[in-house]
Amino acid sequence: MLALRRRDELACRQVVELVGDYLEGALSGRDRRRFERHLRGCPNCSEYLEQMRATIAATGTLTPDDLTPEARDEFTRLFRTWTAEGSDGPDDGAAAGDPTP
Amino acid sequence: METAETDEALLARLRSGDESAFLALVERYNGSLLRVARGFVPNEAVAEEVVQDTWIGVVRGVDRFEGRSSFKTWLFRILVNRARTTGVREHRHDTFDPTDPAVSPDRFDASGAWAEPLTPWEDGVDDRVVAAAWAPALRAALDELPARQRDVVVLRDVEGLSSEDVCTVLGISEGNQRVLLHRGRSRLRTALESELTGRGR
Repeated sequence: MLALRRRDELACRQVVELVGDYLEGALSGRDRRRFERHLRGCPNCSEYLEQMRATIAATGTLTPDDLTPEARDEFTRLFRTWTAEGSDGPDDGAAAGDPTP
Repeated sequence: METAETDEALLARLRSGDESAFLALVERYNGSLLRVARGFVPNEAVAEEVVQDTWIGVVRGVDRFEGRSSFKTWLFRILVNRARTTGVREHRHDTFDPTDPAVSPDRFDASGAWAEPLTPWEDGVDDRVVAAAWAPALRAALDELPARQRDVVVLRDVEGLSSEDVCTVLGISEGNQRVLLHRGRSRLRTALESELTGRGR
């Protein structure tokens, strides 16, 4: 691990900062090649990348927080109020239509 | 997310005034709305007001929603607009901390290589059972993220918006979004690592 690095070789400390752009496909071709070359020779950074992927995957499986029964009752009450008011209530500028592309 | 009914199907029912469809949408998105709202306003109470205001916007605006964007994108845009008009805090201009490394510097030796080998995480991380076991630690870590990082991570990784939609919703540049996402994800990894291997930050 302490072998002398060639001038254009990345240190592990740099690699972990490039992981974000790597995962987003935002590295230049040259940087991506340096990044991948480093990974091939570095089990720790390979493990690090796997951990980042696992973190992202786990974040994507988070289920919605449960609504408390009180919150559910409150939203039920609000919904009935809002729909009873009909569309004569104050106009809702920010909610109008889709965002303009 | 294991969702029986699509957002679009729920919206169709909501258009005809269906209360259960409304509650299903609230169930689905209220948590993420609150997390993102908290990034814009000073406290929980104001965040709840902004979120409630957002749901009024949905109920009143559903007839005008034409599906040119996804429902999620529309929903979070309403939220951010509402949060901004409360005008309490404009966190988009928080100063940017350039010294926020993905991994603590003391994990590396003088040459910049890992000082100690990483402890591999258990196998089967894609397994939903494992992911569920991590959920409490992940939620806690998510709530502790700096506000701007949390906004981006919630929208991208929890809600699955595209990077383009995240930039539109939050009004930030692509590059900025990438940096915030990278830092937020790095912090979540660190939190999971300390949960799984007992290693301090």
